[in-house]
Amino acid sequence: MTTTHVPATDPAGESGYADHPPRMGFFTDTSVCIGCKACEVACKEWNAVPADGLDLTGMSYDNTVGLGADSWRHVAFIEQRKPMAQQDPGLHHDQDVLAMAEHGSATQPPAAGMTPTTPGSGDDFRWLMASDVCKHCTHAACLDVCPTGSLFRTEFGTVVVQEDICNGCGYCIPACPYGVIDQRKDDGRAWKCTLCYDRLGDGMEPACAKACPTDSIQFGPLDELRERAQQRVEQLHEAGVTDARLYGDDPGDGVGGDGAFFLLFDEPEVYGFPPDPVVTTRDLPRMWRHVATAAATLAAGAAAAFLGGKGR
Amino acid sequence: MGTSFGRGGATTFQQDLANADCIVIQGSNMAECHPVGFQWVMEAKARGAKVIHVDPRFTRTSALSDLHVPLRAGSDIAFLGGIVNYVLENEKYFREYMLTYTNASTIVNEKFTGADELDGVFSGLDRDERSYDVETWQYDGAEVQAASGKRDQHWNARTRRGVRASARGEAHGSGGAEIGTEPRTDDTLQHPRCVFQILKRHYARYTPEKVEQICGVPREKFLQVCELLTENSGRERTSAFAYAVGWTQHSVGVQYIRTAGILQALLGNIGRPGGGILALRGHASIQGSTDIPTLFNLLPGYIPMPHAHTNLDLPTFVHAESAQKGYWGNMESYLVSLLKAWWGPAATPGNEFCFDYLPRLTGNHSTYETVMAQLNGTCDGYFLMGENPAVGSANAKMQRLGMANLDWLVVRDFSLIESATWWKDGPEIETGELRTEDIATEVFFLPAAAHTEKDGSFTNTQRLLQWHHQAVEPEGDARSDLWFMYHLGHRIREKLAAAADDGTRKETDRERDRPVLELTWDYPTKSSPTRPELEEPEAEAVLAEINGWNSDAEPLSSYEQLKSDGSTACGCWIYCGVYADGTNQAARRKPGTEQNWVANEWAWAWPLNRRILYNRASADPDGRPWSERKAYVWWDAEQEKWTGHDIPDFKATKPPDFEPEEGAKGPDALRGTDAFIMQADGKAWLYVPAGLTDGPLPTHYEPQESPFQNLLYGQQHNPVRQILKHENNRLQPSGDTPGSEIFPYVLTTYRLTEHHTAGGMSRWQPYLSELQPEFFCEVSPELAVERGLEHLGWAHVVSARTVIEARVLVTDRMTPLTVQGRRLHQVGLPYHWGPNGLSTGDAANELASLALDPNTHIQEVKALTCDIRPGRRPRGPDRVEFVRDYQRRAGITEDTGTEV
Repeated sequence: MTTTHVPATDPAGESGYADHPPRMGFFTDTSVCIGCKACEVACKEWNAVPADGLDLTGMSYDNTVGLGADSWRHVAFIEQRKPMAQQDPGLHHDQDVLAMAEHGSATQPPAAGMTPTTPGSGDDFRWLMASDVCKHCTHAACLDVCPTGSLFRTEFGTVVVQEDICNGCGYCIPACPYGVIDQRKDDGRAWKCTLCYDRLGDGMEPACAKACPTDSIQFGPLDELRERAQQRVEQLHEAGVTDARLYGDDPGDGVGGDGAFFLLFDEPEVYGFPPDPVVTTRDLPRMWRHVATAAATLAAGAAAAFLGGKGR
Repeated sequence: MGTSFGRGGATTFQQDLANADCIVIQGSNMAECHPVGFQWVMEAKARGAKVIHVDPRFTRTSALSDLHVPLRAGSDIAFLGGIVNYVLENEKYFREYMLTYTNASTIVNEKFTGADELDGVFSGLDRDERSYDVETWQYDGAEVQAASGKRDQHWNARTRRGVRASARGEAHGSGGAEIGTEPRTDDTLQHPRCVFQILKRHYARYTPEKVEQICGVPREKFLQVCELLTENSGRERTSAFAYAVGWTQHSVGVQYIRTAGILQALLGNIGRPGGGILALRGHASIQGSTDIPTLFNLLPGYIPMPHAHTNLDLPTFVHAESAQKGYWGNMESYLVSLLKAWWGPAATPGNEFCFDYLPRLTGNHSTYETVMAQLNGTCDGYFLMGENPAVGSANAKMQRLGMANLDWLVVRDFSLIESATWWKDGPEIETGELRTEDIATEVFFLPAAAHTEKDGSFTNTQRLLQWHHQAVEPEGDARSDLWFMYHLGHRIREKLAAAADDGTRKETDRERDRPVLELTWDYPTKSSPTRPELEEPEAEAVLAEINGWNSDAEPLSSYEQLKSDGSTACGCWIYCGVYADGTNQAARRKPGTEQNWVANEWAWAWPLNRRILYNRASADPDGRPWSERKAYVWWDAEQEKWTGHDIPDFKATKPPDFEPEEGAKGPDALRGTDAFIMQADGKAWLYVPAGLTDGPLPTHYEPQESPFQNLLYGQQHNPVRQILKHENNRLQPSGDTPGSEIFPYVLTTYRLTEHHTAGGMSRWQPYLSELQPEFFCEVSPELAVERGLEHLGWAHVVSARTVIEARVLVTDRMTPLTVQGRRLHQVGLPYHWGPNGLSTGDAANELASLALDPNTHIQEVKALTCDIRPGRRPRGPDRVEFVRDYQRRAGITEDTGTEV
């Protein structure tokens, strides 16, 4: 991922906060994630997010599957036949689990969520774990499309839904380029990570970051986090872990950079992230310009017709 | 740990792992089971340390390690013994450390014969009694007492009462070794009977080739571990070991830990920063539950429980069980202070401080023996407090059948766990083996308060006592364990007193009641305004009693103050100091950022708030740090005292060159270089002359159930392992024995981060249950092909005890191994589940047998054998018949697997 030197935007300032604290965010360093899911549980406990079902998915140890109205943190587990630099997994296989699933009577791999997800040598293996969360985009489409003002930009630069204002229209759901925000089935309202807005107001860090035992989830001023993340990538590269890369750190990307960004070991798709997210409302002004032009043309045509008629 | 170094606790603390240059995690899945502590492993890794995970499965710990070494479950002694051999052969030991701080140079008496000569057993084996006469293992010229373990072993020799006792079948044979002050030594390490040479001979056969064949670990990989470990040990560098129940839960479990102890002592890694052996305990306060024990054979502070010897009085007991040298030389002070804490004014010099009030052991009363006693009708009642044996214990069926044979059962827990409901919906009800209407057991369920609902302390994995304050009142009828025991005691005393008053209690019984009636049972209670009925005892008052006081009722600050004349009281001598100055030291919360990295002002660790034990060994014999990089405590010649980053685990003013006077006893007999102050000779024990039942040196034996013959010796199993014979505890054939092939796979059990032990604290929690919603087994793709198992389909797993079913996870994390030229598959089963709660499934421990470690009486659930087949298990009576059919096919009789 290339880092372009576009100056970081100031979403809180642009939203009208004249005097505001620095933009706060998450840096999730998946290289030290141990997949304990403490973030998932701490989030649910603090925010009183309901439990959402007892389904054994078979997707490694991931039984949460993804972010949703009732999962504001989600730890992905990816078993791959790929080497991790400087790690010796000690495993040896002569069966290809993907081929097995295709040829045997077993469920087909896409449906089974069978692991590993990457075919490869039976001696190579790595187990990636990564905690996903709302990205708190610099240019947040969910916010743009919300007709009630339920979604708003906080003074910390984060994006929060106010559950007492949300009317359940659902416009924000398709607007999110990451598929994060979601409607709760029983009440129809939209829910997602608030970056623990209530805790931030009291000078506390979000529950997930607080609970994370290995500091995989780091909370702080976004500028500092970006600097720290860059150093971490360099450190890993020096150690030979050339797979390490940042995702969502670039203010020049399609959403103007994420307030919650990640250090990954593989392509974003492997973790369930879109490779090149674009704020879905990016084209709205242009579209509106088109609409305006079209309307003007239409109006001109009508006027011409009128005038012409008149002239007749 | 106790027999090797002197104390039964982790030698280091988790934060110190960050200073290690290499960390070997074996017998532990630290990232999953101790995720919070694992941050210090990650910290070490970030500082450049190598992290090695030796484990049958690739787990979340392996995922973060540099090197994962899969090995066959149950072969760890062969693996570690191979490293010992590598260290000795290649002279990779830290010679100066080893000579000064271990018993390498001590000469063993000439009656000793090693397993290398006797094809896998040691001298003194009595095959009929299935026990060792341990006298032949003693040093030459001196008899030493163990700092922990089986201290009653040498009773006859030490009391000169061998003849009378032997008439009662308790004899250990010859006995009567000359008691000298110092054992003979040979600092050149050339004497053929010195520990160093014995060690060399014993481990000579543990070659890389044998390790490969036994463990399934390729030679190159094994040597890589040897090199990483030895390169990162010595003056400038230190390596740490972390283990958990992956080592303890075997029929030779204590010796697994001993092997690591030998390695760490040879490499000079004990008592030094970044070194040590971290015993990762299974859950909160498990360390505490042996310090102030729930164990049948210990009193608080690892004082042994007296056995029922004839004419046992206090001086005889103290003479037999204490040590001539070191801090166990003061056992009488610890014991008398304990008796004063328990019986207060009733304990006087005239009645030997009520020593006779202590129960006497008449045999093994461990948890599994208690089940046998239930089954044969000699145990009538049972309290289950925070335990779910119907799920969590090996051969869970035996547990339920035992409970079905009780008069009464009290279960105190948060939810209706399986141990509280087996009588109406347990597996035996379904199979028809039990019928509810036939069960006479009266079952009481009493809701328990959680730790957030009461004051108290946890003693964690690193011997750290951390106080927790009550946050909320318990709901409804839920009460703390302290409340329950306190009020139960009061009610029993009221009943006994009333019976005495109205004459319904006979005089002889009233004499028996005195230990209960005279107990100090007077803790103040408190009630909250909203719950005036609670009368909760003050937990801090209990802590104050544990800490102890002098005759002026002033809190003590150190066990050095304890007296044997009855002028001090102390409920647990190793905890003495936790309430120093009348302050709850365990409640201290000074942030790490405001003190040095050892953080002695956060809570309180036993003993005397020392965080790394035996830390005198962090300095060289002259008291100087071995290296600048690894400085920890050292002798300050100007101030004439030990000083450093931690509190010295040594008499602060004893100079390094101190030589004891002739005839000195106890702590005074320790030299200035005797860093292992609890040991009878002041040394770390490479070779254990006393305290273990199954050998002075760890020896590879196959697990009770194994697909393989022992490649190193003719002796297949631990000859003195404990087996409980019962029709519901049939054992499987091993190795070359016909029928072994019916159970061709190795099975191991384990935990997941998402659940807690037998599930009582997690399977009723929606947020945890949804993360791991169902019982599953883990198999390799190769095993899946061999047995036709489908990912997410059902499989049933069979042992000679029962058959259970689980959903299948086919995963590359499980790998086949090549063992003795054969391809071996291993099956992984997390043991959290049972039929109750939100997240349910069969219990993995139903499969395990009652084959126990003879020292600790802990079950072997980490390595057994099984069969696995696709599809669900039979229901109803068919389930029982299905298992019988397996037994028939494997030719299993009541004698199978019981040979010495």
